[in-house]
Amino acid sequence: MELPRYHRLRSSYYRLEGWRCLQCKAVSVHPTSRCASCGADALTTFELSGRGELISWTRIRQPARGFDGGAGLLLGLVALDEGCRVTAQLTDVEPGAARTGMPLEMVTRRLRAGRSEGLIVYGYKFRPRLLS
Amino acid sequence: MQNVSIIGVGQTRVGERWDRSLRELGGEAVTAALRDAGVERPGALFVGNMLGGVLCKQQNLGALMAEYAGFPGIEAAVVEAACASGGAAFRAAYLAVAAGVCDVAVALGVEKMTDLAIDGVTAGLATAADADYESAQGATFTALNALLMRAYLERHGLARGSLAPFVQAAHHNAVSNPNAMFRYEVDEARYLASPMVADPAGVLDASPVCDGAAAVVLCRGGANGANSGRAIRVLGSGAATDSVGLATRGDPLWFGAVEDSARQAFAQAGLGPHRVDFFELHDAFTIVSALSLEASGFCAAGQGTDFARDEGIQLDGELPISTQGGLKARGHPVGASGLYQIVEAVRQLRGEAGESQVPGCGVGMTQSIGGLATAAYTHILGV
Repeated sequence: MELPRYHRLRSSYYRLEGWRCLQCKAVSVHPTSRCASCGADALTTFELSGRGELISWTRIRQPARGFDGGAGLLLGLVALDEGCRVTAQLTDVEPGAARTGMPLEMVTRRLRAGRSEGLIVYGYKFRPRLLS
Repeated sequence: MQNVSIIGVGQTRVGERWDRSLRELGGEAVTAALRDAGVERPGALFVGNMLGGVLCKQQNLGALMAEYAGFPGIEAAVVEAACASGGAAFRAAYLAVAAGVCDVAVALGVEKMTDLAIDGVTAGLATAADADYESAQGATFTALNALLMRAYLERHGLARGSLAPFVQAAHHNAVSNPNAMFRYEVDEARYLASPMVADPAGVLDASPVCDGAAAVVLCRGGANGANSGRAIRVLGSGAATDSVGLATRGDPLWFGAVEDSARQAFAQAGLGPHRVDFFELHDAFTIVSALSLEASGFCAAGQGTDFARDEGIQLDGELPISTQGGLKARGHPVGASGLYQIVEAVRQLRGEAGESQVPGCGVGMTQSIGGLATAAYTHILGV
């Protein structure tokens, strides 16, 4: 990942900042210039709680270049408590323990196996929730 | 809008074509299509290509292909919509002719994927996802489809084997297609035993990485002279988009862009799903086939696998799909697939599909999908 790009994404990757519509309060992890729900163009960033549950998941046996193969990378679709979703790697999941509906929480981890454009890229992942 | 007809088709053999370059593949398809049409020089060339810049370090394919095919100087450009690039290029050519901008246009789909090792191709395909929020997390395209597949099977209480008919039909139909990549039968046991790529998606849920090119010639009106009996009409054309990120969809298991593009195409053609004699659908993954049948209006949500089993998607079924192998078995050279679908539909409607012929067919539908159904192009063709 190129340095300026990584820098621009730091608030999302490190703090899981999302976007909230000032009019209808709809939320999103992906940026948008207009609210997908009501069309308003006044949005603000805010820090998501990082708590949610697993909607779907997969173990990637054939990863893209730069991502660790090993036992396979776990990728999940996560429904966050605020009502939006995020696609993210799962971590600290015991083998065979991934289940749809399991409670999750965000942690900051290294996203790639090696460096990318000379950088070690960190960002959010999700692990089974330690405390309910 | 003028009426538009397809008067020529051409295609290359699909496979690991280490013997042919990107431009040679494209040139072969264009030359064959022009010869089929009896046309020397088109007015414009629209090229469907997704990964030329990423995998072949070659952009500017419009001018490159026009020059290589022997008509430098004409309007020519790439149209890109991920794996729907072929469908998008066809629509661009259709619109150019329908608007009266040119009398004859060529739509070419061309892709060269096999020069790189698989992890490089996987990374290239992942550029169709959201780079900052999906690919950066290591999401591959198979993985994103696997997320849909697990959610679908769990929501509807289905076993993985319920998706097997899509694979069986496509592979059966490829056996008699000399241009197909995989010309062998696959039964349910073999499908279920295929190794996982991204659970629950196995190798046989996915279409293969390959090279190929397909092209069609479009002209205004019916057709001229010698070709008038073989001209196939474009009855309807629809296009729509959906959010790129899987996470930002309303319901991840509903393909809104597919629904919208199909509705537009049906409305323009003045007919409904029951009038379609065969459907060249975008079977890049088994789950996409099921969700496409549902969103296109052939069956209700959650009924895609029941439809395949009960109504029949084989050549003698209620709705034959992937009649010459589809993306699954003919192969999925991504930017070219949308044009292969058109070529195959034209061959069906001309009655030139050989052992895969759907008897007495008069209306065919094609659907080219890009990303995780983030772009959809639906076309309805008729005799």
